[in-house]
Amino acid sequence: MPEIQYSYDPQHLTNSEPLVHQQGDLKEGEMLINIGPQHPSTHGVLRLEVITDGEVVTKVVPHLGYLHRCFEKHAESMPFNQIIPFVDRMDYMASMNSEHAYVMGVEKMLGIEKDIPRRVEYIRVLVAELNRIASHFVAIGTYGLDIGAFTPFLWVMRDREHILRLLEWTCGARMLYNYLWIGGLFYDLPVGFEERCTAFSKYLKPKLDDLENLLIDNKIFVERTAEVGVLPLDLAINYGVTGPMLRGSGLRMDLRKVDEYSVYPELDFDIPIGEGKMGKLGDCWDRTWVRMQECRESLKIIDQCLDRLTKDVKRDRSFDPRAAVPKKIRPKAQEFYARAENPKGELGFYFKTDGRSDIPLRVKARGPSFSNLSVLPAISGGVLVSDLIAIIGSLDLVLGEVDR
Amino acid sequence: MHLEEIKAKLLRSKEGLQIEELEDIQPRGFQVKPDQLLTICRALKEDDVLFFDMLSSISAVDLGADNGHMELVYHLYSITKEISLTLKVTVNREDPQIDSVCPIWKAADWHEREAYDFFGIKFNGHQDLRRILLPNDWEGFPLRKDYIEQEKYHGITVTYDRED
Repeated sequence: MPEIQYSYDPQHLTNSEPLVHQQGDLKEGEMLINIGPQHPSTHGVLRLEVITDGEVVTKVVPHLGYLHRCFEKHAESMPFNQIIPFVDRMDYMASMNSEHAYVMGVEKMLGIEKDIPRRVEYIRVLVAELNRIASHFVAIGTYGLDIGAFTPFLWVMRDREHILRLLEWTCGARMLYNYLWIGGLFYDLPVGFEERCTAFSKYLKPKLDDLENLLIDNKIFVERTAEVGVLPLDLAINYGVTGPMLRGSGLRMDLRKVDEYSVYPELDFDIPIGEGKMGKLGDCWDRTWVRMQECRESLKIIDQCLDRLTKDVKRDRSFDPRAAVPKKIRPKAQEFYARAENPKGELGFYFKTDGRSDIPLRVKARGPSFSNLSVLPAISGGVLVSDLIAIIGSLDLVLGEVDR
Repeated sequence: MHLEEIKAKLLRSKEGLQIEELEDIQPRGFQVKPDQLLTICRALKEDDVLFFDMLSSISAVDLGADNGHMELVYHLYSITKEISLTLKVTVNREDPQIDSVCPIWKAADWHEREAYDFFGIKFNGHQDLRRILLPNDWEGFPLRKDYIEQEKYHGITVTYDRED
């Protein structure tokens, strides 16, 4: 029997993650409460140190790092193509989107972004948008769970399963794909994928209406989320909040439109923004509504991609998705910041290379959830404990990306 | 807007600023002096025309013990003008210190804590400079190039010999 490797000490917990506020600092009537890291409504392993006065939250301090897997340290010891599986594991709800951001960044560094076949780009956008819907479904479904609505969760999990099976068909993995390669794809789409995907798109449209009727417009849901966790636009920008949260606060900013990367300029889609329809602009309801509308927009993009994939750039025996994959991935010495729109917001990669090896000198990942979470203490002062749970849910956190 | 125009605008805003254009960096940007970082950042944010209102990320880079320096790279974005800008400062590796830009962008708060956590860079004026991702009682700064892992953490072996 190998010996158990842990020396018990009651001080370990307080030493490794000490509280910011001590019992002695509390005012009369205040209480120090710990939420998480193992708590269903923290969406993973987020730990919150909360000071409450009765039922009212006065201060929130997030403690991170319970899911830290040393992405940046790993990335300094392996070639660019081997980093892709690690990128998958950052935002495990939207791996295709993260891969897309990463491979585009490396391709731009190599200067081969113009050589990528158009069919490859359309397939990338297709799978990324499918994954975006899956990610938003989890966000909306689990948010319903937090608020107390159980049925929508089962509905979105049922529909998300169709997406996961489609993506599994492309590469064999359900969530962590490694499907997009630098310069190409692992394989072409499987035969029959386009037809199956078209059928799925037809199936999903009425389901989105059902979901909106059942959850988003539900009176109980509106009362729990409207005018809760209001995030003013200037605060959102100052904290570097991006994605549906920023758009929920009323700014029409989407990197797919701003940077016009990949084949997005050729596709027709809108950017939904929050309007404060049910309460104040930038409340929890607005953020969820934006996610809901983005699912519809993604479906529009999917339909257009499928149309092109069966007409302009249709399946061809001579098509090789690995044709532009470089034999040696050795960018010249440079520094590069690449960014793309993930379901949660701006995913950025900062690369520094020396031009002499296949291994980057430094890779820094700027996860959208990281910045989106940092605004939590600023918008949760003076709310009820039950509203705090509603606010956390509306941030759509993936702790895999916060902690990396 | 071109880089030269931004540079000229910055130089007009205050006297004595030293700004150099950087090569081989995307998005394009400037190398600035550590003691002038706060002034330049404030000028970039508060300028009515430039208005760099968003700080996307702060990345620290260790150049190794031979070089003796560390770099901090600030990625700024102006939403209204749709321009990105990179600022770079070099700090001493022995005693890395730099002014915090938290008063200008709140987004810097956690990014600076991360840089402190992994590189041990101290941010003067930061209100709450603690480790963010690693446990508080972890030893050393892992993303420094000469980092050596501690042997045990709470009795748990941290690294094994590769031959095992």
